[in-house]
Amino acid sequence: MQVYHPTSVDEALARLGEGVVPLSGGTDVMVEVNSGHLDPDRVVGLRRVGELKEWDGMRIGAGVTWRRIEREGPKALAEAARTVGSPQIRNAGTIGGNLGTASPAGDGHPFLAAVDATIELVSSDAVRTLPWKDFFLGVKKTARRDDELIAAVRLPETLPSRQAFGKIGVRNAMVIAMVNCVVTREDDGVTTVALGSVAPTPMRATRAETMISSVRAPSETDLAEFQRLVAEEVRPITDHRSTEDYRRHGAGVLARRLLERCLG
Amino acid sequence: MTTTARRTSALAEGIGESPLRPDGIPKLLGDFEYAQDLRADGMLWAATVRSPYARARILSIDLAPALGVGGVHAALTSDDVPGRATFGLEHPDQPVLAGEEVRYWGEPVAVVAAEDARTAIRAAGLVEVGYEPLPPLADPEEADASDSVFRRLRIRRGDQAAKGPVVVEGYYEVGMQDQAPLGTEAGLAVPDGQGGVDLYATSQFVHVDQEQVVASLGLRPDQVRSHPTGIGGAFGAREDVNLHIHLCLLALHTGRPVKMVYRRGESFTGHVHRHPARLWYRHEADHDGRLVRVAARVVIDGGAYASTTAAVLANACYFAVGPYRCDSVAVDGAGTRTNNPPCGAMRGFGAVQVCFAYEAQMDRLAAELGIDPLELRRRNALETGDRLATTGQLIETPLPTREVIDSLSAMPLPDIGEEPDDFALPGGSGLTTEPRHVRRGVGYAIGIKNLAFSEGFDDFAQARVRITADGAVVETAAVEVGQGLVTVLAQITRSALGVASVEVTHVDTSRIDSAGSTSASRQTQVSGGATLEAASRLRTRLLEHYRGDDLDDDGVWMGDVLVVPWSEMVEEGWEETVTFRHPPTTGPDENGQGVVHADFAVAGHRAVVDVDAELGLVKVVRVDTAQDVGLALNPASVRGQIEGGIMQGVGLAIMEELVIADGVIRNPTFTDYLLPTILDAPEVEALLIEREGSWGPFGAKGVGEPPTISSTPAVVAAIRAASGKDLARVPVRPQDIAL
Amino acid sequence: MIIGLIVNGERVTANVSHAGSLLDLLRDDLGLPGSKNACEQGECGSCSVILDGDLVCSCLVMAVDAEGSTVVTVEGIGEADSLHPVQEAMHRAGAVQCGFCTPGFVVAAVDLFAGNPAPSANEIKEALAGNICRCTGYGAIVRALENLSHGVGP
Repeated sequence: MQVYHPTSVDEALARLGEGVVPLSGGTDVMVEVNSGHLDPDRVVGLRRVGELKEWDGMRIGAGVTWRRIEREGPKALAEAARTVGSPQIRNAGTIGGNLGTASPAGDGHPFLAAVDATIELVSSDAVRTLPWKDFFLGVKKTARRDDELIAAVRLPETLPSRQAFGKIGVRNAMVIAMVNCVVTREDDGVTTVALGSVAPTPMRATRAETMISSVRAPSETDLAEFQRLVAEEVRPITDHRSTEDYRRHGAGVLARRLLERCLG
Repeated sequence: MTTTARRTSALAEGIGESPLRPDGIPKLLGDFEYAQDLRADGMLWAATVRSPYARARILSIDLAPALGVGGVHAALTSDDVPGRATFGLEHPDQPVLAGEEVRYWGEPVAVVAAEDARTAIRAAGLVEVGYEPLPPLADPEEADASDSVFRRLRIRRGDQAAKGPVVVEGYYEVGMQDQAPLGTEAGLAVPDGQGGVDLYATSQFVHVDQEQVVASLGLRPDQVRSHPTGIGGAFGAREDVNLHIHLCLLALHTGRPVKMVYRRGESFTGHVHRHPARLWYRHEADHDGRLVRVAARVVIDGGAYASTTAAVLANACYFAVGPYRCDSVAVDGAGTRTNNPPCGAMRGFGAVQVCFAYEAQMDRLAAELGIDPLELRRRNALETGDRLATTGQLIETPLPTREVIDSLSAMPLPDIGEEPDDFALPGGSGLTTEPRHVRRGVGYAIGIKNLAFSEGFDDFAQARVRITADGAVVETAAVEVGQGLVTVLAQITRSALGVASVEVTHVDTSRIDSAGSTSASRQTQVSGGATLEAASRLRTRLLEHYRGDDLDDDGVWMGDVLVVPWSEMVEEGWEETVTFRHPPTTGPDENGQGVVHADFAVAGHRAVVDVDAELGLVKVVRVDTAQDVGLALNPASVRGQIEGGIMQGVGLAIMEELVIADGVIRNPTFTDYLLPTILDAPEVEALLIEREGSWGPFGAKGVGEPPTISSTPAVVAAIRAASGKDLARVPVRPQDIAL
Repeated sequence: MIIGLIVNGERVTANVSHAGSLLDLLRDDLGLPGSKNACEQGECGSCSVILDGDLVCSCLVMAVDAEGSTVVTVEGIGEADSLHPVQEAMHRAGAVQCGFCTPGFVVAAVDLFAGNPAPSANEIKEALAGNICRCTGYGAIVRALENLSHGVGP
């Protein structure tokens, strides 16, 4: 087994390639290793790459931990960060690692979708910046090539003035989302709704967004319609964690509550 | 030598006090040795090959690929089991290693030993087993209909034509709960070089492990010694053999010590679970709410092998009416055999499943009659001098059911106006819920269970008290699983012997007779009873022999004169060994009647829950309890059992379930089998109801199981009160409330 | 490959041949079995250690990635005759039953008190939400740490 401990992005990139596992906080990779599903031959440990931990305005380095985002991130992203795993997981797990795993239930994803974040991928010869929509390809599938590193997440220069995160789970902490959701709203009414755990990738409920964005002061009827549209737009499945019907219902209720919180 | 400087202070740390655990500091330092931590020179590691099918015919097993891996020392199948091919706690029906057919998902087929754990796991993965998958029998009702059962029990008592004017009927389901002890199954077997073996493995009952190892290895009993070892929790999961015989087989085959530790996923298939249940009930009462007739059908699914299904079914049927009087009862029970994961003992053992159903029925009856739910229970409360509604057994030991109910109703309710922290609302850290989405509900439930073993089982425990240079030593093969036996046996000895310096040591099966299982809430009563008698007899013998009137750590006294110093007694090698038996019980007659149980305990719970009904999320705010404990020998330990037991009851109420599809466990991880976290824990206030008269030491009753029995229905009753939903199944899932 | 790290103040080296966890390294190779494995998925906290100043699950740290790091395990926190105040408080409050979760709780609570000597009940609970206990129902653990926070000592 070979392990590399680069201290710069360039050094890290030189070690990447087919079959090489980039290791950030380890909180996803090691679950696979411990369960016997992954036995990597070559690993690039990214913990010592200082550049990846840089957080410069709206550019959050891939190596920034959830613990730091919980304390310093924009409101809804910080709220999401506070639900990622446990304190132990948040001290190790990073936003870049969360993206690399691309679990449909990733708690950081809805915020990125809601604000139209972009993902910065670097290889030794280029930097690609992909909209979140083009980054997530399917369940645990992303557009990252073997020779690329997730370098950073870029948020837009100005974030919506009102934003809220929520996550439905049957336990009060340390739980995988049955639904997670971020709603943002601007003073002019423009609203975004992004959800996780209700489709193979994070998604936006665009019809619900369009409908509610045109309403300055939503009435009870508007809110009910918004809730209905969200529930209609999501594409959840039934598995051992929940049912399609509940996830659909929960998505609508949660999105409506988060919108109410934004309007509040 | 004589002295007049006699101690006069009362003996500290005897019964009724709460001395600190002797194993507390080693556990806090990380020094305490658990089965997982054992090592021996030259030790090999073992791994198990398990069936990927719930049911399949085994066509072939090719060990060559595994044996070809460097560092592999053995790979064994059913052909290598020299003695009895099967094992089982009550009926030896389970193959040590499956040979012809696998009957549940994860059933062991072969075992491998190698130089290190990683190699063993890799080699196990290379064993090629040819399977012909067969359709699994997964539906317990289909099994019942086709008479695929381990046991049926039919109870008929009183006038079967009795009718009451007020009738409620209901159907209830209980999902499969797992004990999920934090320490997984682990053990080390060490060959003794003379054909025998020493086994150190996770267990609640070392003597029954030893008997089963002896049978399957074809050895003499004196060739196998099973040693109590450090255990990370049990809750019933460690009564049955799992890796024990495998380890001994591999150790004798290789001539090397062999260790095995199950990982969590394997642990979920490697031990038995709580039986899932389906329950049909009909309660009939008069207009005052007095029960006139109760009829029930109880189906629990035992899964692929017998384990303790017969005894769990018996408990479910005998306690099918709960702690209530009723003179006309019919119960029909079946413990089915399917291709689901085997089920057996878990804290509460059959009493849990029926309590969920009969307490839901009592609430529905109260609503139908317009009577306060607690008042309805008070009117029917089963007390000393009454007969158990099912078996007709006269209750002769104290059973303070009415006092439990009255105490519970007198406990103050929390202020409804308090504003909880965000994370204490339903949904917790997910921030789904604001106070305006929450409705608070309160629910009550009362439960009853037998203590110790029933149905004529020869239930005994041996204990020995010795005089040593370090003080008195209690020797026992009873297993400390975390409950605090190690503390309470020392307290009993201090009080009975009069000596402060007491140590409890766990000895192997060759050095003492059985203490029975650490289960059925029995060790404090049964091993405690043996210890009390041994210590008392030893004191009497010492006082007689040395002609004294008192004994303490200095020696034997007569008045102010020390007749013989401790050191002199040590040289004489004083010891007393006692085998304790509780009052005998009998098996049931053809109508399920008889003196089936040795003792009973009753407890009640009041749950206060906050429910977000729209999302179906629940936060259990408080669970208060009153529990019949006989005498609390160690009040702090009793409280520990109560809080821990309640948490497991809350877990069953709202989150803990192994999800099974076609015999396959869908969530065998801690990511998906959810245990309550510290943010899910309710506040608990506990009232201990003490009454003299039980046969336990100083009148003590077992306390481990009652907290898990009625806490679950109390929580669900509270959720019903808050949500208005019927909720006939546990665990209650968000969709059950919200949709 | 050979890695070097500092564990409980001592410089140690180990030969690591595969992508195993720091937990396995501690338990099997370094003779430090105090950290426990109960889930191998970071869902129970029994293996908690402090890695370069951060509380983490050692089962989710690849051993080779701990090269050059400083690790504190439960064995590095107190001694029998000089318990850490967290250990003393837990012992006195009856917060230990089977004890399998105990090392993880000790490490997590020591980390909490290092950064916040007087945490509130809610802060205690949020900080320990990654540690599962199956025996105690958490009551005695919360009482122990509240006592410590309020200076209610032995």
